[in-house]
Amino acid sequence: MFLDQFVNAIGTGVMLGSIYAALALGLAVTFGLLHIPNIAHPAFVVAGAYVVAVGNSCGFDPLLVALVALVPFYVAGLGFYEFYARLFERRGAADTMNALTLFFGVSLVVETALLIKFGTNQQSVSVAYVGQSLTIGLLSLPYRLLVPALLAPVMILLLWLYLRFTHAGIAIRAVAHDERALSVSGIDPRWIKRHAFGIAAATAVVAGAALIIIGPVDPFGGRLMIGRTFAVVVLAGMGSLPGTIAAGILIGVSESMVSAFASPSWAPAVAFSILLATLALRPEGLFGAHR
Amino acid sequence: MSDPILLVENVEKSFGALRALGPISVSLKAGERLGVIGPNGSGKTTLINCLTGTLTPSAGEVWFLGRKVTDLAPHRRARMGLARSFQIPKPFTGMSVLENLLVPLDHLHDVADPRARAMEVLASVGLAGRAGHEAGGLTQLELRKLELARALAGRPKVLIADEAMAGLSDREIDDVLAILERLNESGVAVIMIEHIMHAVMRFSHRIICLETGRLIADGLPDAIANDPLVQKVYFGEQARH
Amino acid sequence: MTAKTSLMTAAPPPAAARAPEARTLVFCACALAVLALGAVLTQTIANPYVFFAAFIIVQQVALATGWNVLGGYAGYINFGATAFYGAGAYTGAFLLKAYGASIFLCLPAAALVGGGLGLLMGYMTLRVQGVYFAIATIALVVMMHTLVLNIDYLGGASGLALMPPEPPAWTGGQVQFVFLVMLGIAVLAVACARWIEISWVGRGFRALRASEEAAECAGVPTFRLKLSACAISGAILAMTGAPLVFYASFIEPETVFGLALALNAIAMPLIGGKKSWPGPIIGAVLLGSVQQAATITISSELNILLVGVVLIGFVAAAPDGILGLVDTLRKGRQ
Repeated sequence: MFLDQFVNAIGTGVMLGSIYAALALGLAVTFGLLHIPNIAHPAFVVAGAYVVAVGNSCGFDPLLVALVALVPFYVAGLGFYEFYARLFERRGAADTMNALTLFFGVSLVVETALLIKFGTNQQSVSVAYVGQSLTIGLLSLPYRLLVPALLAPVMILLLWLYLRFTHAGIAIRAVAHDERALSVSGIDPRWIKRHAFGIAAATAVVAGAALIIIGPVDPFGGRLMIGRTFAVVVLAGMGSLPGTIAAGILIGVSESMVSAFASPSWAPAVAFSILLATLALRPEGLFGAHR
Repeated sequence: MSDPILLVENVEKSFGALRALGPISVSLKAGERLGVIGPNGSGKTTLINCLTGTLTPSAGEVWFLGRKVTDLAPHRRARMGLARSFQIPKPFTGMSVLENLLVPLDHLHDVADPRARAMEVLASVGLAGRAGHEAGGLTQLELRKLELARALAGRPKVLIADEAMAGLSDREIDDVLAILERLNESGVAVIMIEHIMHAVMRFSHRIICLETGRLIADGLPDAIANDPLVQKVYFGEQARH
Repeated sequence: MTAKTSLMTAAPPPAAARAPEARTLVFCACALAVLALGAVLTQTIANPYVFFAAFIIVQQVALATGWNVLGGYAGYINFGATAFYGAGAYTGAFLLKAYGASIFLCLPAAALVGGGLGLLMGYMTLRVQGVYFAIATIALVVMMHTLVLNIDYLGGASGLALMPPEPPAWTGGQVQFVFLVMLGIAVLAVACARWIEISWVGRGFRALRASEEAAECAGVPTFRLKLSACAISGAILAMTGAPLVFYASFIEPETVFGLALALNAIAMPLIGGKKSWPGPIIGAVLLGSVQQAATITISSELNILLVGVVLIGFVAAAPDGILGLVDTLRKGRQ
């Protein structure tokens, strides 16, 4: 009985963690690489989940909807970055704080707008595989977790390959290091950052699809996610993509252990405790280098 | 031979696997003018940060006024009389120029009239007319002077001037050099970190040159200028630009 | 609000050197007058609804002022004002339930709890920059919320209904009494903020905000100042929360740790102006009154949405708030 519970807690935790990594991916780009503290990202993810729900209610597969919605989310990301950059690209400490407040306001507006448009009812999707499970020995893996959990490594791998092997990707990593070096080489750093922000916004809709396949989503679902996503990014070590998935799984497993062996009502505090402990003890993250 | 007032003994600083500085030993005598040169990334900034306490050395010791200060917080060293100015001016924006000088004076107990002292220092750098202005609205030269004035407010024994003249015109450089010279004549030792060669050469009594975190030369300005090793790293570096 | 507040525009030094004592006298007189006026109102206005509404507005003033000590002066954005407010509210509820304590015991107790929480917060984020501090404050709200949900004695998710002790007879009723207490807290908070602002402490906070590194190298004990800012702000916010259970006879985690309060705490100083003490008051009175009027006519969701949009507008166009705008206008005219 105990072993059964333990094995399944691990299994659920790994899958949840993988999904957390997907949720945090956009933030790993904006915060980890561009150093823009976009606390509105979880709200973008929730907005993505709503888009997927609406598409699904018209009879389309959630993943298909997410794929199509990549483009509008990318474009919206470009627009949002432009707005942000015009206001705050002077880069003082005061600017960072004002930018944080801006993102806070934006996330509120997104959440409340969703609330007013769709009401407090939770949104969900219906797909054939929800409700079924893959069973391996003691381990039972529900498809509603497994499918989104497999989505995350795919997204992370694609993004990692993109950052490593394409010109634009290498430029994004360069801009994270030293902006001036990039403008010397003839590329406009602002274009690159806008592009990176667009990609980050686009990941939100896929993450939103993952989120809503797991279970129903409400407008304020992003609130809890702020802690999880930032915990993942900070724990991973700013901007480290492989670290993101490891950190996500660490948090996912911790949460499902607490849920299984203490009480589910304590689970929300787990990610934040890990985040606070990381900030206090090892701010450079588990997988990050000293700076 | 007077004892050194600032002493760096076998100091090393590593970031992860990367050793940014040392091992290095440097000393500074009271009232001395020490120039520090070296190409970008040679460890100058790391050295300053180890002196002021912003960084704690991985190994080695720092002594100031005969006291071991290796683990002492920067603000404690500042109160002992170790002042610095920043390469990129960091004015306290949202405050007047006068208030910028009151900030360090607030934390010193032996200043009878802080406002009078602040005005005196502002006058000595030529900023008296700007006392009531918002610090964020100053010109580049004025910001440089404010950096120096703030560092000097508490009557330091050592001033570390980190590229205090970068980006200034020749006339403005003369202006800042004159301030530093007057200051030194009043007994303050000055460590000048600078890329502007003619200024360091003119100002310093002694110059040290760093390269990849190590001391490669230490001597009189003339000797440094003709040192083959210095010429190699320095002019080699500049040739690449 | 008669004292001149053009701290930033910095009058020439001789005048500035003479003015402070006189200004402080005027300020104290005004503070006493406000308290006296509050007491007179409780005797003359019969409609208790006035005090239900006024309590909320005065509470907003205290909340905005408490937030501003850390967020405005020292430049550390706190998204978790409700963590401190909630800690204070539940401290009050606990003391009332366990010992039937008087509100005057709950206030210092809440201040202690809030101050301690602030210190803890400061210690935890000692090694990281302001952005992480802001995120950690969000974390603190969720942790406090989770903690309360899991304590059965405090009523868990369903909340706690408590009967406050009888108020002193002369006040005319419970709500009038609690309103007066809140007015006292707000005046105390503003006086505290003003003292910080005009003293070396505020100068140190502003130096922190501008550049922590430069402040440290100028001899400012930045870590200790940061901790003080966290503790003072936390104490004021928690003290503001303590009277809640005496006001409403009921307390539940959803409201206490809710979004609306956290948003207001940031929006009010930002709208009024973060740099000096009248800013949060102006923002709180404006936003508080508009919200009191608006909740009758529009839904609370629309209310939050509007505040969110106004917040974005101010951050984008006038980060120094209404006082900043007035300052700019005045300079333009000269």
